Amino acid sequence: MPLRAKVASSVSRTAAALSRAAGRGDGSVIGGWIGLKIDPELLTHLAAGRSVALISGTNGKTTTTKLTVAALEGVGRVATNAFGANMPTGHTSALAKAGATPYAVLEVDEHYLARVLEETRPRAVALLNLSRDQLDRAKEVAMMAQMWREALANHPDVHVVANADDPMVTWAAMRSPAVTWFSAGQRWHDDSWVCPECGGAIERAGGDWRCTNCPLRRPRPHWVVEEDGVVDPTGAWHQVKLQLPGTVNIGNAATALAVAAQFGVRPADAVLRLSSVTSVAGRYAQVERDGRLIRLLLAKNPASWLEAFDMAEAAPTLLSINARDPDGLDTSWLFDVDFSPLYGRRVLITGDRAYDLAVRLQVNGIPFEHVTTFADALEAVPPGRLEVIANYTAFQDIRAELDRVN
Amino acid sequence: MSTEALRIVWIYPDLLSTYGDRGNMLILAARAHARGIPVETIEVRSDQRLPDSADLYLIGGGEDGPQALASQRLNTDGGLHRAVARGSVVFAVCAGYQLLGASFFAKGASFPGLNLLDLYSDRGPSRAVGELHGTIDPRLGLPPLSGFENHGGRTHLGPGVSPLAQVTTGIGNDGTSEGAWRGNLLGTYSHGPALSRNPAMADLLLRWATGASYLPPLDDTWADRLRHERQVAVAP
Repeated sequence: MPLRAKVASSVSRTAAALSRAAGRGDGSVIGGWIGLKIDPELLTHLAAGRSVALISGTNGKTTTTKLTVAALEGVGRVATNAFGANMPTGHTSALAKAGATPYAVLEVDEHYLARVLEETRPRAVALLNLSRDQLDRAKEVAMMAQMWREALANHPDVHVVANADDPMVTWAAMRSPAVTWFSAGQRWHDDSWVCPECGGAIERAGGDWRCTNCPLRRPRPHWVVEEDGVVDPTGAWHQVKLQLPGTVNIGNAATALAVAAQFGVRPADAVLRLSSVTSVAGRYAQVERDGRLIRLLLAKNPASWLEAFDMAEAAPTLLSINARDPDGLDTSWLFDVDFSPLYGRRVLITGDRAYDLAVRLQVNGIPFEHVTTFADALEAVPPGRLEVIANYTAFQDIRAELDRVN
Repeated sequence: MSTEALRIVWIYPDLLSTYGDRGNMLILAARAHARGIPVETIEVRSDQRLPDSADLYLIGGGEDGPQALASQRLNTDGGLHRAVARGSVVFAVCAGYQLLGASFFAKGASFPGLNLLDLYSDRGPSRAVGELHGTIDPRLGLPPLSGFENHGGRTHLGPGVSPLAQVTTGIGNDGTSEGAWRGNLLGTYSHGPALSRNPAMADLLLRWATGASYLPPLDDTWADRLRHERQVAVAP
């Protein structure tokens, strides 16, 4: 590593440690920011010599990253941005902090994939899904798919692990010379009715999809979720025993196994390691408080709300919505979510934007109670299970009330 | 109103459905239903023919490419033009609103619109993103507009239309006026979706579409609280 990079790396670690010591957060952004100021090529230097996997997509990045780390840890030490700081500052900080490791698994914000591909030269990149998310500032879905496609065209040497069930992801990945396709099912379809290649209509039947106007169609997947397990490319079925709820996480496990296979890890060996993952930065965490068994589910956009409904048990459910900067200021997406899976459950609502949610639930015909604080919600429900589904800052608020549960 | 049920057509949800646009259809259906008015909602995809006999048509927002495609297909289809000539109601939001005019700007070029409203749109100096509030044309008898906007275009009104509102917060058409209406056609940059925050506007559309001069009031406690909260949030 050049001297400037060494200095930058060391200063980056120190700054992160100082930031943590000062109680300013986990330091995963500031350290990388300072390091990159000293050496703009620091991430490139830190990534050199490691076998890198990148994980990107609208939903499931953090969880899939954690599962992939678990799978790879069987063969060597793995550097990762476990705090969800998924922009180049976070990557830089994570690699500087980890020191020399043979492997790195990095969660990458969709918008930064091109740059991080360029700087980290990964062996594999996993593309999970693309759907609408914070449209008041994020790129629209078709534009994002186009960006990914162009980024991958510059890196024909990267092995792509891509979601065959998502037409936008398929189109972004299909030109790459080496693609492993996985199928995990997809509940959300409302961002891929129009063919990204020709503008024709996409037709879906069962799990299959195809364009009615051009040859674009669902590729045959190599890894497939089946029941509570995953079928690998040889046709062998592996039961996946996770401590995380929901079908979507079996899909994330399939993706992690497919990525690990690119690093020579056999699925039969990797699959057992996946059950070590219990919660992901507070997501899926279960906490007992005053006799209530509280489970936290994060849902940031319409696609992830549908998955959260699948995970939540038929128990009293608290929904909390904010619209602060990290959430996106626009709440209109609430009407892209069909809340009818909650019908028949006791529903409580809270958060800065509870009234937006109230109007939505009223139109959906779902009775609800409004509470102004999390403590009021706890008091309102009987002892037993309480499911909490919240968007980003609402989730962090409740997590803070529960002493930053992990 | 059609003979058996109020027929609401959502035009091309496969192309134009971005910011909770489905909500406008759901809200209109729920509010009609609550008054005992039978409703049929029809989602027409861009590869299907558009029926010209419905009572109320909805067009939502979308990206540049789908907007240009929708305009081309609607002009070729002709169903919406026939429906408007028959007196059907049209409620259009954002990209859908721009479509109703003579031309709009997408993918760096000007595209012909549907020419149903005397207006045209071009590209603004910056993207308009944020709360959009305004005082609505008194002839419509509605309380102030409350919504959220997100668009790069600016819209210029000709003498053949009236602005829907005068902007008090946000940009709307050009920082001064917002939306446009003529007869039974109404367009706005407001989503949220628009009718969730403006139930009185939903009822206006229902009265236009059914010909009813009066609709019994509904319990809008939550919508009123939401409107009040947003009003306070944008107050200086």
